[in-house]
Amino acid sequence: MFASLGVSPINVILGVTVFWLLLGLGGLALQDNRIITRVIFPVGAIGSLILATAALGGLSGVDTAVLPIGLPDLPFHLRIDSLSAFFLLLLGASSIGITLFSAGYFGRMAVQELGLLCLEYHIFLASMTLVFLADDAYMFMVAWEAMALSSYFLVTTDHDQPEVRRAGFLYLLIAHVGAIAILMGFGVMQGGHGDYTFDTMRHGHLSAYWASITFFLALFGFGAKAGILPMHAWLPEAHPAAPSPVSALLSGIMLKTAIYGILRVSFDLLDIQIWWWGVVALTLGLFTALFGVIFAAVQVDMKRLLAYSSIENIGIILVGIGLTIIFHASGKEALAALSLTASLYHSINHAFMKGLLFLGTGSILHATGERHLGKLGGLIHKMPNLALFMLIGTLALAGLPPLNGFVSEWLMLQAFLLSPGLTQAYINMLVPIAAAALVLTAALAGFVMVKFYGVIFLGQPRDAGLAVVHDAGIWERIGMLCMVAGCIALGIFPTFVILHLDFVAEMLVHNSLGTSAVHSGWLMLTPIAAERASYSPLILLLIIVSGVVLTMLAVKKFYHGRLRRGPAWDCGFPEQGARMQDTAEGFGQPIRQIFEWFMGVVRKMPSPFDLHPHYHAEVHDRLWNIFYAPIKRANEAIGNQIGKLQHGRIHVYLLYSFITLLALLAFIE
Amino acid sequence: MSASAIFLQLLQNVLVLLAAPLLLGWINQCRAWLQNRNGAGMLQPYRNLLKLFHKDAVLAHNASQLFRTTPYILFACMWLAAALVPVLATDLPLSPAVDVIALVGIFALARVFISLAAMDIGTAFGSLGARREMLVGFLAEPALLMVLFTASTISQSTSLITIVETLAHKQFVLYPSMTFAAVAFVMVLLAENARVPVDNPSTHLELTMIHEAMVLEYSARHLALVEWASALKLLAYMAIGIALFIPYGIAEAGNWNALPAAIALLTFKLLLAGAGLAFIETISAKMRIFRVPEFMGTAFLLAVLGLLTHFLLET
Repeated sequence: MFASLGVSPINVILGVTVFWLLLGLGGLALQDNRIITRVIFPVGAIGSLILATAALGGLSGVDTAVLPIGLPDLPFHLRIDSLSAFFLLLLGASSIGITLFSAGYFGRMAVQELGLLCLEYHIFLASMTLVFLADDAYMFMVAWEAMALSSYFLVTTDHDQPEVRRAGFLYLLIAHVGAIAILMGFGVMQGGHGDYTFDTMRHGHLSAYWASITFFLALFGFGAKAGILPMHAWLPEAHPAAPSPVSALLSGIMLKTAIYGILRVSFDLLDIQIWWWGVVALTLGLFTALFGVIFAAVQVDMKRLLAYSSIENIGIILVGIGLTIIFHASGKEALAALSLTASLYHSINHAFMKGLLFLGTGSILHATGERHLGKLGGLIHKMPNLALFMLIGTLALAGLPPLNGFVSEWLMLQAFLLSPGLTQAYINMLVPIAAAALVLTAALAGFVMVKFYGVIFLGQPRDAGLAVVHDAGIWERIGMLCMVAGCIALGIFPTFVILHLDFVAEMLVHNSLGTSAVHSGWLMLTPIAAERASYSPLILLLIIVSGVVLTMLAVKKFYHGRLRRGPAWDCGFPEQGARMQDTAEGFGQPIRQIFEWFMGVVRKMPSPFDLHPHYHAEVHDRLWNIFYAPIKRANEAIGNQIGKLQHGRIHVYLLYSFITLLALLAFIE
Repeated sequence: MSASAIFLQLLQNVLVLLAAPLLLGWINQCRAWLQNRNGAGMLQPYRNLLKLFHKDAVLAHNASQLFRTTPYILFACMWLAAALVPVLATDLPLSPAVDVIALVGIFALARVFISLAAMDIGTAFGSLGARREMLVGFLAEPALLMVLFTASTISQSTSLITIVETLAHKQFVLYPSMTFAAVAFVMVLLAENARVPVDNPSTHLELTMIHEAMVLEYSARHLALVEWASALKLLAYMAIGIALFIPYGIAEAGNWNALPAAIALLTFKLLLAGAGLAFIETISAKMRIFRVPEFMGTAFLLAVLGLLTHFLLET
């Protein structure tokens, strides 16, 4: 589209970035809440749309540019290729809905200093764009840090609450530990040339030893951003603390910058891939996915539940990447393309479905002021539009056909099923077990989503205040509608999506599902061959819908249609208060029971003599005690030791300086 | 896609719809015989459905649209599932649209909808049933998929038609992998269809019911559709079992002469499977709900073992 106008995609995208920055500055300068929510955010969404269109155009080619800013002799290098274009497309397409929703959400929510928030929001979008565009380590780190800082400020929007400050600090800390690892990874990859452009790294040849070090530095560093175990601790804290549209950006898009980073380093910048990297990534991904979904099942805060579910989905994406590395390193390019496509597909799916659900929690929060599942319920009657949108998001996230979550899981399972024939015998054994764990995760996701939707929207209201809530506003509804449309389109028309993902697969693993995927026309998804596997969501949807309509017509024709309303039957129990229903805790109880060994559960049981008995169960993350608590204690201990050096007396400090001077002199001698 | 294939598909659609209650009646009758009762006759499910369709529907005051739509969605999903499995002939035109993974997805879709509907009224039993159903579901679904994966790896395909064609052409020998898979599959079938020992289809005892607790609030036409859908689900599971483990005698593509024999053979297999189910239900006692995870865990492990056995012994 832009090519025909004579403008290259990279210039359009840079233009959008600058445009966003100007919008943010404009919001800060104007300080007018009406203009910010009615003009700046909707106009920003148009920027997202342009970005998505330009990225779609940039999928097929490579385009580079050099910006004459930056340090002397170190200008910013930019490049758009299939990989970055895909992630830019993800960013643009899913941020349209999020930004439109923000226009309504921030308009109705009392936010202090909306102008500042507007600036941070647009810097966040712009810096993520630049992360995808960067073609040298210097620019990448600048954009990466800008992204981390702007998102930190967005997370701590409600900074007058201590737990929000705490969540923000944890996030910033882990983000920077990760950034150090990434930086070291770049340091290894430049290989002593002192040239930090990605182009040099692409042509550098690292030994297997150094390449492995780089890969694991990248996995650790980007994993800290993505919430891969055990660097996940910040995620369930930071996501709920942020305002809902920001949570949607964090979960839907920012986590994918880490996926982008892992893919960029391991398939583009490193010229070798070793199969056991894939095994490590696969195992880590499975643990992350299982951990996320099990903890999601026992959450009682709706945003925390979604945050844990994000950990799960990142795990699933990582499983796909691990599988891709295994296949790629064993020379099975077609299978590598299949699993890579599944990973990428899941990334963009997750952006839409998790974005949608986080936006929905924003509307709920806005209407009820309540995040705790135990105080919600029955919202389907008061918020019918929202309930419908969220139902679609819930079904998509539960991985049910014919929506989008199912397509990527289907592709992933196909990749697993077609894996036999690998050279390493024990990986052949590992793969079915991994597939089993993945299937268990997917099935548990269904449990989590039923809990999420059922407790919030169905049943009787658990709180008297819920009787007066109102449905989502018009901007919020438009924003969510964009996300719903994305979920449905990605679910029903997978062949079109895969045609575009093929560019990325072609670039990274030199193979693609290509013609075979659409062999039987656009209607059937056949990743390898029609007789091996085929799936058609459109036909499936049509059959189910026609089945429903047919049944309804038949019942209407042969049935007298009389209908009475009465009190619920419930086996004749007379008392039917809202407290008789399952709570969120109650619904998660089976999971707590089955996976008790997996999590730390602290229970306080009432004694038989308590007049007001209280039962209290708390679920703890054991990994916190294993990984974080020792570091915290060691840090404190070292701090105390260092503290001993400091006396506050000037002559002691002078003595230190003197000793240092002497030592340096001796060293130079 | 030939006209004969479309005719076959329509034939199977209608047949499963009509045969599903009959299968349920047969199982109940077998159970009655095994328990030294006379039984209500094999046609009793039809009478029940007819009775329910004649009644006035009663809806709870706070039932939402979701509650009213769910029986139709459930019915459509189960009808589709039962109509897809190639048990009569191998050229069903709808089958390529849905492979085994999507088939499990359809079951999951139906399960999620009925669980949500159960939570909709906000009664104690409804949400209790929903929770238990999802518990059984998330344990059974992986086991079922692993069973199907075993068949898929043997036939190098997840397409139902290819699986059945491959397995039907194999020699009749006992594959260790398929034996493990068959045991796991029977366990999944019992759990997913709310049969003893996991659930009891004819109980309304508060502490033990799972499926019945979910559909307590349904009445008349809605209940009829839910019951019919359950019968279709049972038929679909039996059909999957037959297609995976005893596909012999199925009519190949275009072979019209084999069709009457295939129908007769299928009827025989279903009668046998129904009697077997009744036998299992008669000799076992319902287990406590807390034991269900162990039961399903065993099924899951057996299925994984089956898949591993395939890799170890059969490749």
